[in-house]
Amino acid sequence: MIGNGKLSPLLSIRDLTKTYGELRACDRISFDLYPGQVLGIVGESGSGKSTLLNAIAGQVSLQSGNIAYTNRAGENLELTHLAEPKRRWLMRTEWGFVRQNPRDGLRMNVSAGGNIGERLMDVGVRHYGTIRSEALDWLQEVEIAGDRVDDLPSTFSGGMQQRLQLARILVTKPRLILMDEPTGGLDVSVQAKLLDLLRSLARNLHLSIILVTHDIGVVRLLAHRLLVMRHGQVVESGLTDRVLDDPQHPYTQQLVSATLIP
Amino acid sequence: MSEMNGAIATSEPTSSQVKGEVEPGFNFAYLDEQTKRSIRRSLLKAVAIPGHQIPFSSREMPMSYGWGTGGIQVTASVIGADDTLKVIDQGADDTTNAVNIRRFFRKVCGVATTEATEAATIIQTRHRIPETPLQEGQIFVYQVPIPEPLRWLEPSEAETRKMHALEDYGSMYVKLYEDITQHGHIATAYDYPVMVRDRYMMAPSPIPRFDNPKMHLNPALQLFGAGREKRIYAIPPYTSVKSLDFEDYPFEVESWEKACEFCGATDSYLDEVLINDKGDRLWICSDTDYCQQRQAAAGVTAQLPGGEA
Repeated sequence: MIGNGKLSPLLSIRDLTKTYGELRACDRISFDLYPGQVLGIVGESGSGKSTLLNAIAGQVSLQSGNIAYTNRAGENLELTHLAEPKRRWLMRTEWGFVRQNPRDGLRMNVSAGGNIGERLMDVGVRHYGTIRSEALDWLQEVEIAGDRVDDLPSTFSGGMQQRLQLARILVTKPRLILMDEPTGGLDVSVQAKLLDLLRSLARNLHLSIILVTHDIGVVRLLAHRLLVMRHGQVVESGLTDRVLDDPQHPYTQQLVSATLIP
Repeated sequence: MSEMNGAIATSEPTSSQVKGEVEPGFNFAYLDEQTKRSIRRSLLKAVAIPGHQIPFSSREMPMSYGWGTGGIQVTASVIGADDTLKVIDQGADDTTNAVNIRRFFRKVCGVATTEATEAATIIQTRHRIPETPLQEGQIFVYQVPIPEPLRWLEPSEAETRKMHALEDYGSMYVKLYEDITQHGHIATAYDYPVMVRDRYMMAPSPIPRFDNPKMHLNPALQLFGAGREKRIYAIPPYTSVKSLDFEDYPFEVESWEKACEFCGATDSYLDEVLINDKGDRLWICSDTDYCQQRQAAAGVTAQLPGGEA
């Protein structure tokens, strides 16, 4: 996709910097994300991956840098200066955020159907029947049985909760999904199932995804391109297979060789 | 204070209008003039922005929170020597809370009090709007426990304020969705959220949803005071008030298949009352003034079945 002169980036990040006092959590980070692309961000704990994701989502304030996004209507939006109502609207219609802990991304005291319907109600749908049938459709799409629609998320398994988070976001047909360790805390077989689902959804719905993880296996399976972060800086970037099979930076070499291979 | 709590409903004179004896040692209407002035400033702001919550410096009152401290402060700030006050609690004029608040204002203002809705210039209420329609020039004061309709879904005050500012009310419908899913209809029976003048979402205090339509285009000035939460809001006369609903599940008020046992009314809000240990029950108007007026007009007096009254 990259290098194709006809495509313009969906999201373009330039010199994004976030500091906490002396600590540079994100140091002059730049990258482009193209439509339909899955970008993996790997690095050890404390390397600034999650801060970067939160900064893109507008949940932490930046010291400097630009985040440009091209919306569905083709307008170029500068997210660091976007008014709050427009930013919220964007987050609900074109963006989605999948949290590591489903408790942060779901309303645990509201039924699965209500969780999925919330974004529809946020954007102005006021017909109960429509909301409910959409909720059932999307439950099916993420492979949760329709008869669980009225159950509370707390009665779901960890893998189901993560899939419910996905359904809750996908219902407004977003174009960009940010994911923070979506497979963290799941056992390997459930992980494999979720990754499989993610891969087919990304392809069928033409989603762009920024995927933060410390699991090299997850990015190898899902990501087209890869950023390797350390101490708030991007130390290496490129096609996933190239970076993982032929790591140039000493830290990347260490990271790849530290992966357990059963 | 101790005298107030110890008041018994029957100890009060029963004539419809009573002029009080002013207790010496208090400023008119208990609060000092500066406090009343600051509350009136908040009230003016509240009237200017219908449905929007205005912070105010709520004072300690000679009663505990939850007994109507917010409503009393609002009433104290707007009451004048020539006003006539009516106080209702669950629709009734003769329950402890209503009797005590009425007596409180007679003591500290010497104002006339009444039980007749149409004779009052100020009506303070807890839980009901009278069945008798309010008129232009009347002030209707609500006692509010929780002024923030969004609180159940968002615990942060900073965030709920932002949601009000951005008119970001979509998630409130999740509550209605859950009701329909669990009960097959919108089961929220009281404090049913409304949109005021198509802009601000407002908690109407714990009145039954039966009373929600009465707020719409009401000729009286409606003031809301929350003492513990320190918030004031208002609905000016003739302001539109819409209850939230779905297109396929429109807003509906409660209805009963019974008529009031005393006055035979079928259009008023009925309370279900247990009358003995065998579980027998009857339905009576919750608005005592309305019920008595209807009985007087029909020339009957309340008589419980079996003479157990």
